[in-house]
Amino acid sequence: MLDQGISDLLEDRQGSVLETKADGATAAIRCGTRSAAGSVSQRACVFCGSRVVLYPIADALHLVHGPAGCAAYTWDIRGALSSGPALHRHSFTTDLRETDVVYGGAAKLEKALRALIAQHDPKTAFVYSTCIVGLIGDDVDAVCRRVEADCGIPVIPVDSEGFKGTKKDGYKAACAAIARLVGTSVDPAVPPAPPRSVAGINILGEFNLAGEAWMIRDTYARMGVPVVATLTGDARVDTVRRAHTACFNVVQCSGSMLGLAALLEEKYGQPYRRVSYFGLEDMAQALYDVADLFADSDPGMAARAEALVAEEMARVLPLLAPFRKDLEGARAAIYVGGAFKAHSLIKALRHLGMQTVVVGSQTGNKEDYERLQQLCDPATIILDDSNPVELSRFVLEKKADLLIGGVKERPIAYKLGLAFCDHNHERKIPLAGFEGMVNFAREVHGSVTSPVWKWSARRRA
Amino acid sequence: MNEDAPEYAVNPCKVCAPLGASLAFKGVAGAVPLLHGSQGCATYIRRYLISHFRDPVDIASSSFDEMAAVFGGRDSLTRALDNVTTSYAPALIGVATTCLSESIGDDVADILRHYQPAEGRDCARVHVSTPSYAGTHLDGYYATVLALVQALAEGGPALDLVDLFPGIVCPEDLRWLKRTARQFGLEPCLLPDYSDTLDGGQWTEYCRLPPGGTTLAQIKQAGRARASVELGWSQGARETAGRYLNRDFGIPCHGLGLPVGIEATDAFLAALCRISGRPVPGELEAERARLLDAYADAHKVLAGQRAVVFGDEDTAIALALFLAEIGVTPALVASGGTGALAAVGAAFPALQGLDATFLPDTDFGRLGEAARLARPTLLVGHSKGSKLARELDLPLVRVGFPVHDRFGAARLTTLGYAGSHRLFDDMVNGILADRQAKSSIGYFYF
Repeated sequence: MLDQGISDLLEDRQGSVLETKADGATAAIRCGTRSAAGSVSQRACVFCGSRVVLYPIADALHLVHGPAGCAAYTWDIRGALSSGPALHRHSFTTDLRETDVVYGGAAKLEKALRALIAQHDPKTAFVYSTCIVGLIGDDVDAVCRRVEADCGIPVIPVDSEGFKGTKKDGYKAACAAIARLVGTSVDPAVPPAPPRSVAGINILGEFNLAGEAWMIRDTYARMGVPVVATLTGDARVDTVRRAHTACFNVVQCSGSMLGLAALLEEKYGQPYRRVSYFGLEDMAQALYDVADLFADSDPGMAARAEALVAEEMARVLPLLAPFRKDLEGARAAIYVGGAFKAHSLIKALRHLGMQTVVVGSQTGNKEDYERLQQLCDPATIILDDSNPVELSRFVLEKKADLLIGGVKERPIAYKLGLAFCDHNHERKIPLAGFEGMVNFAREVHGSVTSPVWKWSARRRA
Repeated sequence: MNEDAPEYAVNPCKVCAPLGASLAFKGVAGAVPLLHGSQGCATYIRRYLISHFRDPVDIASSSFDEMAAVFGGRDSLTRALDNVTTSYAPALIGVATTCLSESIGDDVADILRHYQPAEGRDCARVHVSTPSYAGTHLDGYYATVLALVQALAEGGPALDLVDLFPGIVCPEDLRWLKRTARQFGLEPCLLPDYSDTLDGGQWTEYCRLPPGGTTLAQIKQAGRARASVELGWSQGARETAGRYLNRDFGIPCHGLGLPVGIEATDAFLAALCRISGRPVPGELEAERARLLDAYADAHKVLAGQRAVVFGDEDTAIALALFLAEIGVTPALVASGGTGALAAVGAAFPALQGLDATFLPDTDFGRLGEAARLARPTLLVGHSKGSKLARELDLPLVRVGFPVHDRFGAARLTTLGYAGSHRLFDDMVNGILADRQAKSSIGYFYF
């Protein structure tokens, strides 16, 4: 049953916002639907979902087939670092004009693809369809097939027309594009199916923002877990093509990559496990879970994971203590892309003595929200696909001291004299893993305890 | 339409028309922009504008789905109008189209005409056509200013008003324009005016409609002004708000460039003198004198400097003229715009005889290649040039839109003597900072 308990919401938004009950009973939330027209949703579109997932593949050509705007808004938009090539940091577009819309853009696309491949020598090319391409009916698949045949690299269409669903559908299209690459290695040393020939894992849903994937790979290395491919943080096309040889897929970021994990399980029999690298408990649990996957082949791994966690905890907990002293009792609001991350953040905030009073996401599913309700204290506001009017209302009603979000949430916090922590894909500071928890604490502390809030209009009112 | 349009773009030097429309609508008091298209258009544009202004920018969307794309967006747009009206109680909803709604042929004017708002919840609704595949954000901005004036301006007995239609300038420059008109005893109708709506103070509660902006009453009176002044060369011979008011209401239109530097500011103030019948106020004369003194003090730092300039066409042209005035060669003047820049070299005597190249309809890929050939010593433009500045190891003097890798974009003034003085100091100091950083000695005095 949908919760109807909150008054004064848009009719279209009823059921997408609820307040957790004192008795711990959970309720269904409306989610996974198209954004309500005119609600000023914080979500972007299908194209955005595809673009962010594939973006970190650094030696691929990412060509946005559409007007220049779609490419311009996503030029170097993610802090996804590469240890080598940086082709992904360019913004390539067919820059469609009025004549192309009238006469079709396929010929222009083909010329652009051939020219850009000749110029940049990428290992693969992704062609993102935008709204207009879906309308004018360019045969993008045919163009990709022709260019692939002539240029000798995979040229993969990504069905990411903005209006064909939500950001989640963009994740799906990206996963389908990656799945086309997996298992196509041209290296004779890489066996085709049957897979699971390498005693390692693939890291899915980790995008190497601020170098987080490197930190996680290091941690796995200390445990003795080889990583075959990271999808897609600091990824190369060749490692993506080899991903079928790993034993397991370890999936972070529920929304974006679960689809790929399911595809790979079906095709290559790779089991997957969901983890999160945010916060001490979830990071530790991720390592234990991975050790558990290797319980048969490497029974000593569990002990190594425990030793590693103990060592890190001993190092990190004293560093967190002074932050916690100042933050104890502060109240937080969270609005992020994926709800799975919100789960971890609630726990991480508790480590700092903070209570979460508002929490929501752009793309959570029913199970995510069920779990959120179980995790949260009574009278916490839970919201799906929210907007500035709702977010600002609930952070004030629930007396939050801190908002965690992205670029679009930041000015809402600052205008109202609230502290803010940037936890989106533009961040410059690694927040994952044990070290990331210390950075997170420092970020939150630096904002919450700033003297500037004493001057804020709202706090003085 | 440009038949010679390039086959592709690498790192675009423009964004799309609905962004310009959103920005212009944000400059109207109590307005909420509504983009008729996919949800992503509104969200990307919000994110882009927020990165520059660092203030909330609420833009609604009709959130197209596949059904709307196939059967038309009437229901989606109607629902969006309902929800924006309920949530925001706006004075105006500014509806701009996108490539999607333009291409499926939605008759937005008709949808708005037949829209039935809830009882007691009516507001003004203005529509502008901004397909993303035509023109740039600057063109969308001008189209919106024109649409607002066409929809709302009315005639009547003349008032002591001056209509001011600037290109895309920073909030502090907008304040300067209003202040300056008042110094001449003229009440400004500045359109758009996002100086408060996008650069306001702290709030005690969330302002769904941030304070400030040109009021609908002011736009209505635009048809009764003594004159209008349009600032920016980009629109060439196209229809503009000033030309429309001139034709339909007989209001004299002064078409000028952005008043950057001595000569362009002199021209702007001369126009205000003519319109008001008053001389230039002493305060402005003093600012002019100080700017000229600064020119003299620093001219040797600038001698021999060669700049790569990029931005929207209004800004790029105004900066090129300013650079020529202070003795810096505008070696390459580039823009993603497809309009006026191509003809500008011939149009301005001040730019003739210089070793200057003009590069319209460009992206940063081609701009970078041209920049290497231009042997520049500095870059002048927005934040998208910061990668090029790193590659060339040259200082970038940040100005224009967007500036998202520094704070204070709202105060990067260029207009008037004082605004130009700030830019001038920034440019000189940018060169000196670069020289100091690269010097093995580290000079103490310059």
